[in-house]
Amino acid sequence: MRFVLRRLLFFVVTVWAAVSFNFLVPRLMPGSPVQALESEHPHLNPRAIKALTVLLGAHSTRGGLWSQYVEYWHHVVTFNFGISITTSFGTPVRTMVLDALPWTLGLLGTTTIIAFVAGTLIGLVSAWRRGSLLDSALPPIFVILSSFPYFVLALLAIYAFATTLTVFPNEGAYSLGAVPSFTLGYIGDVLDHALLPALTILVTSVGGWILTMRNNTITVLAEDYVRMARAKGLKSWQVMWRYAGKNAILPNLTGFAMSFGFIVSGAILVEWVYNYPGLGYMLLNSVSAHDFPLMQALFLLITVAVLACVLLADIVAALIDPRTRELQHA
Amino acid sequence: MTVARIPVELPAPAVAAAAEAEPPDKPGRRVPGAKFWRALRHNRKAFAGALLLLFFLVLAAIPGLIAPYSPTAMTFAPGLGPSAAHWLGTTSQGQDVLSQLVWGARQTLVIAFAAGGISTVLSVIVGVSAAYSGGVADGALSLLTDVLLVIPTFPLIIVVAAYLNNVGTLDIILVLGLLGWPFGARQLRSQVLSLRNRDFLEAARVRGERSSFIIMGEITPTLTSLIVATFLGSAAYAVLAAAGLQFIGLGDPNALSWGTMLYWAQSSEALQAGMPLWAIMPGLFVAGLGAAFALLNYAFDEIANPALRPVKKLSRVPFSAPVPSPGKDAARSLP
Repeated sequence: MRFVLRRLLFFVVTVWAAVSFNFLVPRLMPGSPVQALESEHPHLNPRAIKALTVLLGAHSTRGGLWSQYVEYWHHVVTFNFGISITTSFGTPVRTMVLDALPWTLGLLGTTTIIAFVAGTLIGLVSAWRRGSLLDSALPPIFVILSSFPYFVLALLAIYAFATTLTVFPNEGAYSLGAVPSFTLGYIGDVLDHALLPALTILVTSVGGWILTMRNNTITVLAEDYVRMARAKGLKSWQVMWRYAGKNAILPNLTGFAMSFGFIVSGAILVEWVYNYPGLGYMLLNSVSAHDFPLMQALFLLITVAVLACVLLADIVAALIDPRTRELQHA
Repeated sequence: MTVARIPVELPAPAVAAAAEAEPPDKPGRRVPGAKFWRALRHNRKAFAGALLLLFFLVLAAIPGLIAPYSPTAMTFAPGLGPSAAHWLGTTSQGQDVLSQLVWGARQTLVIAFAAGGISTVLSVIVGVSAAYSGGVADGALSLLTDVLLVIPTFPLIIVVAAYLNNVGTLDIILVLGLLGWPFGARQLRSQVLSLRNRDFLEAARVRGERSSFIIMGEITPTLTSLIVATFLGSAAYAVLAAAGLQFIGLGDPNALSWGTMLYWAQSSEALQAGMPLWAIMPGLFVAGLGAAFALLNYAFDEIANPALRPVKKLSRVPFSAPVPSPGKDAARSLP
């Protein structure tokens, strides 16, 4: 319990840091985005300008930095990020973000779970059968694959499967003109569009899990309790699964904390390449369109979502292994 | 690699003895870098990584001698396919793809080494001083490290880059360098923590050395291989992140780099418009450079942790307990 509370505290601090960063960065940068936008869009009404000023910060606004900060927090907590100023003028940022959220959740959530489960299993088995074909073939392949940038693999996949073979659509999340409904046709269409981006994320992210799990298992296999389990005459798969696997998976769970941010980063670019209408695609669009309110909201949302997942992985690790509670942050 | 040649039939103690018999570089006759060269020759991953890196370094050093044309000349027919005159075809602006590719190596490598270097220096400073000082300073530095570690860096970099108008190469180096250190800092910190109560440090303290001397002169040299690994990891990250930033258009659009090539190829729909090599080759080169650093990094891991070296059918014979490097591998697979 103490451990969980400490982790919670850590995540509160991290969220605070992310929000404060979002508040401070535009205020520290030279020039004011608001001025830039005013000159770009002369028709903004004064109320919108005021809201933007609060969100983005202008150097010479009334009220000290502190009161702006308080007001900013109020906006964040109520998820009031104002309106989109360029990408889709006038639409509340909240609506846009909620539209994009399910796509990313579906794509990234599914692939992350599959990658974690598959990678952990392959890593475990390949460490168990050291020197086998599986063990000597897979790790080098994934060392190479995991150093492939996600977006390069996405480009290659589009070229191979969408442009040359034309077995998959090359962009979007559904066919033009498709009407969202719970029909087989629509769901099939969505899956058809999701498969290529999903495979791209899967292939690049699974390697990390395989390699860490393999290395962890090799380390665990040298422990006395594994030798003891063998000496007891337990079946091979029982030793692998219950003694070695269970202990080797723990560092993998904590490793999740460090790699999930990278996977999300990669997924952002994958969405961009495939024009997949999720949060990452929207983030990059908002950046190139200087849509600062949208960009800020998306950055915060992505950060908070990553933190929530990492926290979850931490708690699961603590539940599986009593030692974690003692050892963490010793 | 000696380990790999041990016959399967050997009983466990013999294997352990054989593994130990491999000379763990004798302190008396150590030549600087000797360990490194030996490792390089004996480790296939290290050798492949070094070879790849060398290839890119040569491209970066003498692009003028290798590239057939000027990378900026728009004097050819646009959108040509591969031919004897243009091995990789031309872009939609009539530039030679091969020449751009060769010239692009330089900037990408500069970013990799500069940003990787900055983050490595910061990792060492933060990680080592946190572990060495302990107490409140350690708490604060570790908190900062952990916070930066879990915040997804790439979106963060995108946001920072978006606020800086006109992102130049220097900006990319600074942003990547200043945000890329937490991972290494954390590893170095835990390494130093394990050294903290060793006698040679106690001796230095008793001699009355300054903390700064103990950190730089006594602790840091023992961390050399981890620092090199940190640098390789940071450099690989910088290559991929910089290419990602330039690819989405957050960079100087006139720069000669692979990321910028990808940006132009993507915005000209090169894949669909029959100029696939324009998009694929810079992508492969980015991946190749990233892989070069990653291979060297994994090789270093194996050198530091013998249990990870490839073996032939030894699954029944456990090694004497190696020191794990937890979480090292999964994390560095970026954008």
